Amino acid sequence: MSDYNTEKNHILSRRLIIIIIINLLAFAVLAARLWYLQVFEAEKYRMMSDENRISTRFLLSPRGTIYDRNGEVIAKNEQNFQAVMIAEQTPNIEKTLEVFKSIIALSEDEEARIRNDLKSKNRFIPVKLKENLSWDEVSQLMLHAPDMPGVEISEGLNRRYPYAELYAHVLGYVGPVSEADRKDNPLYMVPGFKIGKSGLEKYFDYKLQGKSGTVKLEVNAYGRVMKEIERDAGKQGDNITITVDSRLQKAAYEAFGKQSGAAVVLDVRTGEILAMVSAPSFDPNLFTNGISYKHWNELLNNERMPLIDKAVSGQYSPGSTFKIVVALAALEAGIINGETRYYCSGGMEIGNTRFHCWNHYGHGSLNVVEALKYSCDIFFYETALRLGADRIREMALKLGLGQVPNVGLDNEKSGLIPSKSWKMAKYDAQWAPGDSANTGIGQGYVLVTPMQLVTMLARVVNGGYAVNPTFIKPTEKQLSKIKHLNISKRNIELVKLGMYEVVNGVGGTAKKAKFNLDGARMGGKTGTTQVRRISMKERRSGIRHDSQLPWRLRNHAWFMGYAPADNPRYAVAVIVEHGSSGSGVAAPIASKILQETLKLDIK
Amino acid sequence: MAEFGFHGYERSWKDKIFSMSFTYMLLIILLAIIGTVTLYSAANGDWQPWAIRHIMRFVTAFALMLGMAVINAKYYYKSAYAFYLLTFLLLVAVELTGHIGMGAQRWINLGIFKIQPSELMKIGIVLFLARYYSAMTVQGIKSIRGLIIPAIMTLAPVALIATEPDLGTALMVLLTASVMLFAVGVQWWKFAAVGAALAAMLPIGWNFLHEYQQNRVLTFLDPERDPLGTGYHIIQSKIAFGSGGLLGKGFLHGTQTHLNFLPEKHTDFIFTMFSEEFGLFGSLSVLLLNMLVLALGYVFAFRTRNYFARLTMVGLNTNYFLYVFINIAMVMGVLPVVGVPLPLISYGGTVMFSIMASFGIMLCMSVTYDNYEE
Repeated sequence: MSDYNTEKNHILSRRLIIIIIINLLAFAVLAARLWYLQVFEAEKYRMMSDENRISTRFLLSPRGTIYDRNGEVIAKNEQNFQAVMIAEQTPNIEKTLEVFKSIIALSEDEEARIRNDLKSKNRFIPVKLKENLSWDEVSQLMLHAPDMPGVEISEGLNRRYPYAELYAHVLGYVGPVSEADRKDNPLYMVPGFKIGKSGLEKYFDYKLQGKSGTVKLEVNAYGRVMKEIERDAGKQGDNITITVDSRLQKAAYEAFGKQSGAAVVLDVRTGEILAMVSAPSFDPNLFTNGISYKHWNELLNNERMPLIDKAVSGQYSPGSTFKIVVALAALEAGIINGETRYYCSGGMEIGNTRFHCWNHYGHGSLNVVEALKYSCDIFFYETALRLGADRIREMALKLGLGQVPNVGLDNEKSGLIPSKSWKMAKYDAQWAPGDSANTGIGQGYVLVTPMQLVTMLARVVNGGYAVNPTFIKPTEKQLSKIKHLNISKRNIELVKLGMYEVVNGVGGTAKKAKFNLDGARMGGKTGTTQVRRISMKERRSGIRHDSQLPWRLRNHAWFMGYAPADNPRYAVAVIVEHGSSGSGVAAPIASKILQETLKLDIK
Repeated sequence: MAEFGFHGYERSWKDKIFSMSFTYMLLIILLAIIGTVTLYSAANGDWQPWAIRHIMRFVTAFALMLGMAVINAKYYYKSAYAFYLLTFLLLVAVELTGHIGMGAQRWINLGIFKIQPSELMKIGIVLFLARYYSAMTVQGIKSIRGLIIPAIMTLAPVALIATEPDLGTALMVLLTASVMLFAVGVQWWKFAAVGAALAAMLPIGWNFLHEYQQNRVLTFLDPERDPLGTGYHIIQSKIAFGSGGLLGKGFLHGTQTHLNFLPEKHTDFIFTMFSEEFGLFGSLSVLLLNMLVLALGYVFAFRTRNYFARLTMVGLNTNYFLYVFINIAMVMGVLPVVGVPLPLISYGGTVMFSIMASFGIMLCMSVTYDNYEE
């Protein structure tokens, strides 16, 4: 018995040692695993733990205010209440949405957008359900808050444009971030975050946005906020003051009445844009919360194209206004001088083609001042033929035509000043004398925008200084750097005299637009550009005059003017689309605008 | 009855207690205190609802342990078969009531308290095998015949427990019995043969598992498989361990637990919670305390020459080892989550009482060596 027991005990002891070794090995595995998790991979798990518990939210900084030159607010922020949903905080998105819809109606479009946002955004980012809530709606939502976990009311800021359509093309508008804008900026995912979509709102977007803040919150597994860990308040957007005078802006816009067109007023000494309108316009307030499909289509399909900023994006033949450039180029080149006279018989042969003056009876013999005054075409055909395309082009470029003005707006066009090589490249054809003649009266290939034309006029009437149009007041230093274009004062005075006569001389083309405000008079130049010739068929059916054609086939009407004539300070360029006549339609509008400018005594 | 070696003079219970290992008791008390402190933190710094009941249960169970420690060891020997049979019958009863229509059933309600027969079986199988083999010769043990009865007596309750279903407990009973068979000297090749047979049958056995059990195994193999479902627990548990780092986030400052990212923080995952707050320093300390408890148990087994006592202690110590190893391994993602708590630290009455009873028997057996007379 004892032998058995002894042998059994020996076996037990031996096996026990093996069991103990196995136990030790097992504990070694546990200890190694603990070391692996708590030391080797600690950093990774610490980050995952923080990701679990810390939810970062953005604090949107108020967008900067925009003022006009007199300190009037032209773009501001307005408080608005919005309801948002944080997906990770609601156990059942569908149910929560149902409850929400029972309190506040959502259109199909809105619901589709919400669902799309919920799908595409991170679960911790609040998705906007509805904004611009009334107090009543807010209190209803608060009452039902327990049934809608994850739904929160947040105070947002709405962009508001007090002058509505007056500044639509200058300021543009802000709008919700679209897919195309998104890029990688997580800020762009925050509901209610708006970016500048066009105009100066877009150009100065970065400045106006400021720096958004962040708040780090500790949340539990169900997404409930436990405490605030850290807050960075961010920085409010910068305010911006632009050079436009709202009173003048209003007067300029109203001067168009029902007409379609654009006008730009410059301070000729500094290039400051005092007014820039494009008619008809639209209300940018419609865009700040995402414009409805119906409104958008109305704007898009309007034949007068309210969405297009005609002041910088509209390219038109300058017509007779271009004669200023040709005259100055010829005077500077010495082709003509104040005494040079050409004879206008009402028409002339160039190559095999007969070119007409607008006055078929002819102007007789005239010098450059008279040629400008009556806007004689023959004089400028003769001049242009002698001058050649290249020297015209050189002067045009000097005066700011043919290049983008860069005032900070979308789709600023460069216009077109043709050259021999340009025609060769574009049409594979030689430059013909007829091309020079057409260029001489601003027809043919030449294209300008109103912004360019007013810049050209400003550079001429300020004595030849290369001012650039701008919405931001130039500093003294910038002003002192404005270069002189090396145009002789005598020649400029000749051209100015011509423009003075256009308005104030007996028989000048814009004599009906003249005024005398305490001695301040206007100088300027008319222009009419053909949209389409009146066809033989139309002539036969009795249409003799442009105004008998359908609106969109009528000629464009130009007028550019400046005042006071003896000491120019303001320049304006007006285009009236399909206005038929520069002298009859555009000149009165320009005259009205300049008179208003003088009366306002702009600082 | 000389061959059973439990005769000799009967000492007073005071004598017995003072001859027992106070170090052993101290280690047990330390672990229970760690459990209480952790449960206090699990309730966000409140004695309610867990910490206070844990400490009260421990005190009661400690008295039970002392009571069981001073009983004459021969009564354990004498009642071993009866205890096994009673426990087995209770298991059958649980199985039947479960079939009568209550779904998963692990409990029997005795009015004042509920008992879990599967917990009792962990002790029952140890006592049964210890007595069975203490009467058998070496030749008997090495023969196939010596395996038949123990195999039946082990597999029958294991099958019952597994169908409750309580896979964790079934596994522990099976492993405890296997280790005891190994301890008495069953040849290596027999284990190898059974292991090979089991491996071959694995695909068949897979189909007998409940879907949630299959999921647990699959999730264990690849926690990322379902990070918001079954894999969520183990991922969050690992994050808690790892983010605790070397020194931990501090008492009451475990973010994973206090912000509810970690489930079951007061029961199966309590070690995770402790490790998040006390770091590697804390987790290794708990590991070390448990190793010391086990080491002392093996020291008792070496010091005693009574075969029944030694084998009982090997079985009970193995049972304790399995608790600690499986729990810690599963919360760290080394083993699938099978629902095994960490004794003395996890909240729960059944484990507390069954493990303290087993410590009582250990202590009792540890002092039988000096009245052992051949």
